[in-house]
Parts: sequence; C-alpha cells; structure tokens
Amino acid sequence: MSRSAELGTLEERKDSILRNSKQEKKDLKCDQNSVAGAVSQRACVYSGARVVLNPITDAYHLVHGPIGCASYTWDLRGSLTSGAEVFRNSFSTDLREKDIVFGGEKKLTAAIDEIVEAYDPKVVFVYSTCVVGVIGDDLAAVCKAAEQKYNIRVIPVQAPGFAGNKSTGYKAAGNAILELMDTNVTPLKKKGINILGDYNLAGELWILQGYLNRVGIEVNAKFTGDSSCEEIMRAPQAELNIVQCAGSMTLLAKKMEKRYGIPFVKISFVGIDDTIASLRKIAQLLGEQKIIDNVEELIKEEQAKVKEELEFYRQRLEGYSAAIYVGGGFKAISLIKQFNSLGINPVMVGTQNGKKEEYARIRDLTDEGTIILDDANPTELEKFMKERGADILVGGVKERPLAYKLGVAFCDHNHGRKHPLTGFVGAVNFAKELDSTLNSPVWKIIAKESGGE
Amino acid sequence: MSLTPKKITERSGLVVNPVKTCQPIGAMYAALGINKCLPHSHGSQGCCSFHRMHLTRHFRDPVVATTSSFTEGASVFGGRSNLNTSMKNIWKLYNPDVVAINTTCLSETIGDDVGSMIASMDLPEGKTVIHASTPSYVGSHITGYSNMVQAMIKQLAQKDEEASNEKINLIPGFVDPGDMREIKRITKLMGIPFTMLPDTSGVVDSPMTGKYEMYPKGGTTIEEIKDSGNSKATIALGSFASEAGAFELERKCDVKPYVLKTPIGVKATDEFIMQLVKITGQEVPYALEEERGQLVDIMTDTHFHFHGKTVAIFGDPDVVIAMTEFVVSLGMTPKYVVTGTPGKEFKQQVDAILEDAGVEGVKVKNPGDLLELHQWIKNESVDLIIGNSYGKYIAKEEDIPLVRFGFPILDRSVQSYLPIVGYKGAMRLIEKISGALLDRADRDATEEDLELVM
Repeated sequence: MSRSAELGTLEERKDSILRNSKQEKKDLKCDQNSVAGAVSQRACVYSGARVVLNPITDAYHLVHGPIGCASYTWDLRGSLTSGAEVFRNSFSTDLREKDIVFGGEKKLTAAIDEIVEAYDPKVVFVYSTCVVGVIGDDLAAVCKAAEQKYNIRVIPVQAPGFAGNKSTGYKAAGNAILELMDTNVTPLKKKGINILGDYNLAGELWILQGYLNRVGIEVNAKFTGDSSCEEIMRAPQAELNIVQCAGSMTLLAKKMEKRYGIPFVKISFVGIDDTIASLRKIAQLLGEQKIIDNVEELIKEEQAKVKEELEFYRQRLEGYSAAIYVGGGFKAISLIKQFNSLGINPVMVGTQNGKKEEYARIRDLTDEGTIILDDANPTELEKFMKERGADILVGGVKERPLAYKLGVAFCDHNHGRKHPLTGFVGAVNFAKELDSTLNSPVWKIIAKESGGE
Repeated sequence: MSLTPKKITERSGLVVNPVKTCQPIGAMYAALGINKCLPHSHGSQGCCSFHRMHLTRHFRDPVVATTSSFTEGASVFGGRSNLNTSMKNIWKLYNPDVVAINTTCLSETIGDDVGSMIASMDLPEGKTVIHASTPSYVGSHITGYSNMVQAMIKQLAQKDEEASNEKINLIPGFVDPGDMREIKRITKLMGIPFTMLPDTSGVVDSPMTGKYEMYPKGGTTIEEIKDSGNSKATIALGSFASEAGAFELERKCDVKPYVLKTPIGVKATDEFIMQLVKITGQEVPYALEEERGQLVDIMTDTHFHFHGKTVAIFGDPDVVIAMTEFVVSLGMTPKYVVTGTPGKEFKQQVDAILEDAGVEGVKVKNPGDLLELHQWIKNESVDLIIGNSYGKYIAKEEDIPLVRFGFPILDRSVQSYLPIVGYKGAMRLIEKISGALLDRADRDATEEDLELVM
C-alpha cells in the first residue's frame, strides 16, 4: 500500500502530511499553492491584504471590484477600537457588467470623490480584486490623480485574488503600510517601540500595551490593531519593532529594518512561557537595567495572580488530547507549548500557511506519531482527529462545525475569538475556554446517543 | 462617533454597507440542496473560502465546496486545466454523486466556457456534473441561486412520454431549511405528492450524530430533479429566486408554472394553499384550518401592539416583499423598504402591496444600501428594524429594536431550523416582533408606568 493510500488522501497531498518520527527526518512540503479540486481552507491575496489593513480604524477601505469581495470582509473580525469606527463599514465600487466591459476607472474615481465629499478622509486604501486585475484598470493612476486633486493619501493595494495566496496579500498590505509611512518626511528621532501584527482581537493589544507601559516601555505605534493612520506615519521613528503575528508582518519588519534601520524581534504573547520569554527578550534588546528589573517584577506579580487559577484548570484539563489547525506556524508553536503546560497532548498540528522552519520546530516540540499537515482539507482533519483521538480542535470559523459534528470540543483561536488570549490573563482565559468546551455536558448527551462511553 | 452623514448626497460610484452579496454564494447554496452534491467554484480559492465561511456562520453547520484554485497562469491561459485537475481530484477524494459548478467574476471575464469543458470530460459511471454561469458583477446572490436552480432544471429535467407523475414541483427560494420543512409539511398535510427543488433541509440543518457526514441525508435527488419534468405543475415561491427555474421547466417540459410570493403571513400562505387546491383539487385539511384560525386569533389578540408602529425592512427581495405584506396586515406602517438586489419588479410588487393597503409615503429602493437606509432613519426614525445581522449597527446607534430576519444572521442562532413561512412561521414572527416592541416598552417605561399585563 502506498503511503498516500494509507493516509487516504491525494497523491499530490502526500508530501504535505507527515507522521512525526524522531528517526526519519523529512521536511514537510509547504508554501505551495493549493491543489485544484481540494476543499482548501485557504483564502486569497485580497483576503490577506484586507485582514491586515482593515483594523486601521480611521482609514477608508474601498474595495474596487464586484460586491462579494466587499461584503464577505465587512467587519469580518473583532478588531476592537479605542478611536474611530470607520473601518467597520464596507465601501465598494460594486462593479457591474458594463464596468467590466468598458473599464471601472471612472466608477472608481467617482467612488473616491464621493468618499471625499461625504467624509473628509485623510487616508483611503483602494483594493484591487481578481476582475480588476484582468480588465486592467490602472489603479495606481486613479489613486495618484485623487491624491493630487484632494491632497490626501489614496493608496492602492494591489491584491487580485488569483495572483498568489494569502501571504502575497500580506505582502501587498505591508507595501501599502510602507507607502503610508513615507507620507511624512519628518526628521527621525529614535523613541519607543512599534508593535507589529497584533490585530486587537477581543482587546488583546491593550493587554500587551499595558504590560509594556507598566515596565516603562513607550509604545510609539501599533499596527494594525487599534491603530490610526497618523500613528502609522510616525512608526519610522521607533527604536525597535516587535512582531506578534509573524506570518503577516515579518516581511514588513524586514523592510522597515532596511529602510529605517529599525531592528525587529519576533515575539509571542500566547501562553505564559512565551509571554515571559518575550518580555525578557524585549527588555534585553532595549538594554535599560531599569526596564529589565521592571520586567522581572511584572512577571513575578502576574504569575502570582494567575497561578492558582491556572492550576485549577490544569487539573480539569490534564490528559485531554488536542488537534490544532491555525493560519500560521508561529501561532501553532505557541499553542503546542501552551497545551503542554496544561497537560494536554497535541496529537495533530496543521497550519494553512506555515513555513519550513516552523514545521521543523513543530516536529521538535511534538511527540512521536503526531500528525503534522500543511493546507489541510476537512476530510484530512476529520481523518486524523479521529485516528489520533483528539478531544478538542483549535481552529477557525470553518472548522468549528466540523469539530462539533465529530463530537469534538472546539476553541476559536482565529478571527472569531471572543476573549483575549494574550499574556498572563489570556492564558487563564484560554484555559477557561478550553474547560468550558471540553467539560461541557453536551458531549455526554452525544456520547450516549452515538452509543459510546 | 457617527459616521453616517444626515445629509443625503447622490452617489454614482460608491456602495456603502451593501444589502446583497455576489452570485456564486447563492449558486453554492442552491447546489447544497441537491442530494450528495459537492458545489465547485471555478475561480480563485478566496471566493470559495469566503462563501463557505459566510454560509457556515449563518447555518452553524459544515459547508464543504471545492475550488479550481486559479493562479496567475490560469487567469492568462484559461481555467480548463484547473477544472480538469479539479474534477479528477474530486472524484478520487470526495466521491460525490453530483458536482455543481459555478463560475466567478474571474472565470467569466477571461471567457471560460465551462459547458464545453464539461462536455469534453470523461465522467465516471453514474456521476453527474451541472454548471451555472454566475458572474459576480451581475445581479446578486439571489440571482446566483436562481441561475443554479435554472441550470439544474435545464440540464437534468426531462419529460417522458408517459403520463404525469401527479407531483407538484416546489421551488422554495433562498430561504432557511426550517422554511423548506414547513412548506413541505403543509403540502404533506394537504396529501399532495411533491418534489421540492432544491431542498437544503437535512443538509445544512443536519442532526448531531457524533459522526461527520460529508453528504448528509437531505437534498433533492438527481432522480427527482429529472422527474420534475413529468410533474403536473411548478410552484415558484418568490419571483426573484424561483421563477426562472419554473419558466425553464415550462419551456423544456411543458410543466405549468405558478409564481407566488414567499408564503410569509396569512395572505401569502392562503394564496399558496389555495394554489395547491386549484391545481390538485385536494381539500384543505382541518389541521391547516385550525392553524390558520389560531394565527388569526393571535393577530386579533395582539393587534393593538402593532397598530401604527413604523418599520424599516431590508434584505433579499422575495422575503422583503412578503414581509412588507405581512407587517401591513398587522397594522404596522412600513416606512422604508430596501433590497440591494437589482430588478424593477421589486418596486412594482412592494408598491402594489402598499397601494392595496392604502399606505402612502413609503421609501422603496432597489438597489439600495444600508448607508442610505441609515440616513433616512436619521432624518425620520422608525419604531422597528426588520433585517439581517448587518442591521445591528444602525439599531445600536439609533437605539431601535431589530428583529433578525433573512440572510445572513451571524450573531444569533437557531433561526435556520425554524420557519418564518406558513401560519406557524407567521406566529413565530409575531412572537418576535411583539416581543421586540414590548421589551422596548418595558425598558422605556418609568417605574410608575411599568405594567404587568400588556
């Protein structure tokens, strides 16, 4: 029996799935386009660009394309704001057939005019979509003309859906952010740090910002969660970039390093261990003894606060098995560590867009026999969750009902999360959430019905 | 901070906060109503992912579909090889009985002819492939539903020379599976054999068994769709979503079409049942008479809660038209009626209802968007909003109660299991609407004005 037949999957997919073995070192095939005809859980270039830029609270996000691209991404994740609410609206050119035939530039110009007339914006992001990429509207020219006419920033985001995958969209968003940063040519003064790649889901950014403020680190700019355009424009003056969501922001951090000489460090505030390590790393890099001491103080205080509660949940969670299917490899790694600290064994780990080195790390962190997979489809998720006896799946919106149908508990660690899962308090929230789903009485009813237990 | 300017300006290029989405998701929903069918999206993978996400959020059930995963190459050289690879992989990996392919703006714009691509494919024994052209820049998701229904009939239905199968075809429109179940229940109570097509009940409201079924039990079978050409008549519920399929069947197999409103409220339900009576000669059973009597009794008991209350209704055309008729019958005054789906018929149908009821000064708009609706409300408020989850922004800002109805509902659950159609559905709507109005009255009452009995 061939290996792929054993796994019950497509020949084309066999190199994207592996059973962890400490003896046989084999790299996972990743960073590829999805196989045509597969039920991929992945999205497109536009989607990647939109999720990264959308949390900029006071920007006008204008989607140049047919209505769908705008409507599916309207307020699509719970990025919280302490300022403007502009980003929670959906602006679109709603291209119709005649625009496809005669070109959509006129309509786009009109749409920008109408935004300016009604709202007096400072920054408009204009996204191209699949069809715009094909009919050849000159987005850059239209945006440039509008900038000159109104003396505001109108920044094109080149994101035709077919021109790559979600990571390509992250890159397009990063370019748009750089474009925005270049608005001001003020003399650079090094101060504070930038937080990159926290989208303030359920207010997570505020927790992180709170820690930094407490130890005496000034936050210069954060993007894109709870950010304003003005704040992003002053990002070049920071002395350090810390990168939370590595998948979406590493490339931008590298470019900022090159262009503005700002070094960056990847951090993770998912789980206690990573939170502590990250705080220490940031303090070390800034090099001020006072901050280093404050960090130790904060760690001590916060750990004391959550210790008892975490222990309470650990006792209720120990012994369960978990499956992980998330967007990026960096998050998967943090989750593995967090599960381990709660006594939960990760038996399946997959990501939509993980990188080679991340998969190598995942192999190191997980047990023999753990299934590791890239760009998985529901059939594969089902198969391996069942085979490995997972009690809970951590994933995104499309995985939730699948898990439930299998009688498996679920935790949304993606756009749909409702409680902050960052830092010390986030670790408790995570454990609480796992407890609320794993130990729900509903599974007993299901087990009874399907004749199990 | 309110973003909505009170001053209304003409817009020619900009849509803000839409009341529609694109064709392919409607086609996907219709395709899910075929038994053991895998919808396939011929375009970029993002489209498919978004549609599945949106449907999953509304129904809270797994929604599975495949995609041709267009890349740069496909968008230059055409999607034929992507489609061929897709089909090969689909049969091997997912083994559905039927694949229903919808196009997207991308594959349409580059000129892919899916029909001829399928014709030159070798299908495995016993498998069926249908396809609908659903460019996102035409119509809306309702158009996409309509096109897929038309496609399944055009490509599958057949008339055998033998006599009629005595069945009635029922095209339910873009409604929840709970509604489809109710329409079927009523027809069964009448003792009339029927085929509902498409039928998403048992697919996106499938029961928990502890086992994941990629193809749940529900859905219209291929045999039934083929046999729909032998039926006595077709009842299309909702002209926007359903009439194209009914007319197609008339053209192809000479099955008589009857286009009715979505049966929301007493009048539209009466019309549906009377149409069944006219076609079949069956009598209305006491069970239905009793339900109707109960509904009218409820309407009598509660009429004073509704009288003169103003309401804004938005959503998809067929259900919004029917809902307008229903709220008018409750004594409420619709003030704003909006859909994003284009089509002249919308205004004609709504205007006819309003004229019939003698209601004047109503703003009816299609295609309209929620920015404009919000502006209208800012200028002259209403007592209630009826619409999908996107209405919550306006409801919150203007402090107006919202009764959730239509598609999508992303922030409440259970609605897709229960009907809003039929007499039972009308009772449920009354419970929701009066509940919302009376909760608001209680909330706003001063302590001395709070009443126990209402």
